[in-house]
Amino acid sequence: MTMREYMLGNVAIARGLLEGGVQVIAGYPGTPSSEIIDTLASREDRDYYIEWSVNEKVAMEVAVGAAWAGVRSVVTMKHVGLNVAADPFMTLAYAGTKGGLIAIVADDPSCHSSQNEQDTRRYAQFALVPCFDPSTPQEAKDMLPYAFEFSEKFEIPVIFRPTTRISHGKSDIELGEIPVDKPAPHFEKLLDRWVMLPKNARPRHTHLLSIQQPMEDELAESPWNSLELKPDVRLGVIGAGIASVYAKEALQELGLEASFLKIGTYPVPKKLVLKLLDKVDTVLIFEELEPVVEEQVRILAQEAGLEVSILGKEGGFVPREGELDISAFLETLKKVFGLDIEHESGKVSLELAPRPPALCAGCSHRATFYSMRKVFGKDAIYPSDIGCYTLGIQSGTVETTLCMGSSISIASGLYHAGEKRPICCSIGDSTFFHTGMNSLLNAVFNKANITVTILDNRITAMTGHQPNPGVGFTVTGEPTVEVSLAELCRAMGAGSVAVVDPYNLEEIQEAFKAAKDFEGTAVVIAKQPCVISGKRAGIRRVPYIVDPEKCEGCKQCVKFGCPAIEFDEENKCAVITALCSGCGVCAQICKFEAIREVKR
Amino acid sequence: MSHVEEMSHVEGDKKLDLLITGVGGQGAILASDIIGKAAVISGLPIRAAETHGMAQRGGSVVNHIRLGIDLGSMIPRKGADIMLALEPMEAVRYLDFLKDGGVVIVNTQPIIPVTVTSGLAKYPDVQEILDTLSEKYIVKAFNADDLAYEAGSRLAMNVAMVGAVSIYLPIPKETLIESVKALVPQKTVEINVRAFEMGRRKVEES
Repeated sequence: MTMREYMLGNVAIARGLLEGGVQVIAGYPGTPSSEIIDTLASREDRDYYIEWSVNEKVAMEVAVGAAWAGVRSVVTMKHVGLNVAADPFMTLAYAGTKGGLIAIVADDPSCHSSQNEQDTRRYAQFALVPCFDPSTPQEAKDMLPYAFEFSEKFEIPVIFRPTTRISHGKSDIELGEIPVDKPAPHFEKLLDRWVMLPKNARPRHTHLLSIQQPMEDELAESPWNSLELKPDVRLGVIGAGIASVYAKEALQELGLEASFLKIGTYPVPKKLVLKLLDKVDTVLIFEELEPVVEEQVRILAQEAGLEVSILGKEGGFVPREGELDISAFLETLKKVFGLDIEHESGKVSLELAPRPPALCAGCSHRATFYSMRKVFGKDAIYPSDIGCYTLGIQSGTVETTLCMGSSISIASGLYHAGEKRPICCSIGDSTFFHTGMNSLLNAVFNKANITVTILDNRITAMTGHQPNPGVGFTVTGEPTVEVSLAELCRAMGAGSVAVVDPYNLEEIQEAFKAAKDFEGTAVVIAKQPCVISGKRAGIRRVPYIVDPEKCEGCKQCVKFGCPAIEFDEENKCAVITALCSGCGVCAQICKFEAIREVKR
Repeated sequence: MSHVEEMSHVEGDKKLDLLITGVGGQGAILASDIIGKAAVISGLPIRAAETHGMAQRGGSVVNHIRLGIDLGSMIPRKGADIMLALEPMEAVRYLDFLKDGGVVIVNTQPIIPVTVTSGLAKYPDVQEILDTLSEKYIVKAFNADDLAYEAGSRLAMNVAMVGAVSIYLPIPKETLIESVKALVPQKTVEINVRAFEMGRRKVEES
């Protein structure tokens, strides 16, 4: 009997890894990839090793070690994580693997939760490794055992690239068997493979090039590509990954006949493309982000001397940015055929208030930013980093965000450029451990006169509360060393290091003043657990209320920007709602002592 | 029972595109999970798309649920048969997805965004929202927060809304209730089932 379950795409991916016999899993959290490890770590009957690593490069190398010991390993990350892990990955393609190794790299077309929308299929091309591009959560699950086998057969790492709509899509999923027997690890000392000296690297590069065609041929025959030729139809459509299901549904809706090539693997299956090109006059290529398939189709058509009209990103028929959907495919058809598809907007004349995501009520980052701004003023420069605190942009203390760990190094660059204004940067605890540490070391070494604020909320919050080296437990909840941020910063040579409670405005503002006056690299660690994980851990604080008799309606507390504070226009008085988590910061801001704890 | 006529096409082929809109933290994901699990129990294919990550922190969220569909999880523009809006302003934000003449079930309890409390924007009048919606769509509006409170807890608002939409779904009521029982915290089963029934009754009676 087949089992069906309703699952999140990432849960289906986790299941696929189990069905593929995974033995070692490492990764760094990043939307939309995080739930894969969250899911596998929460299983009780684990017969595999799993970790949250400190960054993607480290995670990749842990997976490499495991694969070189002959077991199946996986590394998970978001698309930009592969930039961090690119160093080991590019050379790993030369060295290859023993046990299967899958790099799960989740792309985020439309930048739902990301700083860019780079296309990981380009990395696959760049590194000369195969890439799997699932079109549905079911296919994602089914591909993974295949991907392990493929990786082992060709002794090469493979990329598996879900997108946000696969990872955070949900679907009924038909489950497969989970194998019980797994190989015992054994590291074979193949020095000409594992030591990438120039004399070893050169032949490995030749080898890598030599397996490109056999890999492509084998992938072309896999179930992840399919060609449906319709006799006497001169229109062809190529859909890649998730875009293929959008194209398919739109064609069905319209009752439009077209030969259809669905692509789910790279290198692009040239054989199948040629078969299609041979039968059509026009081919429309529907893929998200980069024209990876399209470029190959153009090259093939030219090589074969085929007079086929190729429509895609070039000519503007399909957008190169943002995610696609059924409506996007209809837009494309409109452009191609001048089709008259009714597309009246459902917009109404009502003006809506924007509802951007915001820091939670009681979030310690808001309190830290408030004090930072008070002490450093509006002229100071505020580089920041990647995490929940990037939402602090409305506090006026987030003025740069480039990539993980960059706040401290950008601050250094600003200082060394000769900026005379005070520079105070902010970075979260997890981001500091990720790549901020190198930047602090560099700042100290090169004498950058800046203030570094570590927003230590004791967890990796934005991606769903994963542990990091500062919290004292691992992914599975097992106790481990709790690395002290303060000692770490001192050991790296920071001359002034203060640990403060951001809920105590006087304390943190004193620390900021001292850091501002300090000649050299000063560190202020604002330590207070995330309100969400704190609540889960049982932290309860007494909420606050406004005494309407004492409130003067000055709105200083409202301007603090806490979602729990509203203003009653009728009575000209601030109101604290049920969202209040009892941080007490607004009570310290109020000049009229109008805010106090609720009496029990 | 006018809704039976309105939605008769849905009963025919068991295909239904449902959009759930609301604010991060309101429980839109649990609402969609209840429907999803029930769909699987009753043998219907289902696809859904959710908002996670950055958008969760009190931001606007939208979930797509496609019953009887085995392709993609994204509802095309003007493709949704029904919208379940957990917050009134969030009903309007995603109208582009709703079919002309589609059904919109609205929780009339507003959640004021920070852009409004900080004076950068204005929250539209709730009655005006409902009037505007009524021009093009079939509107079923009630305060689901109050209803859930009556059932035993305001936190059951999302389940009350699932009850409200349940009458339109190609899934038996008992299966949905089974799914509610399986997915809500064990201590709150009774309250949530009551909220479901009360939500369902609201729409039945309208």
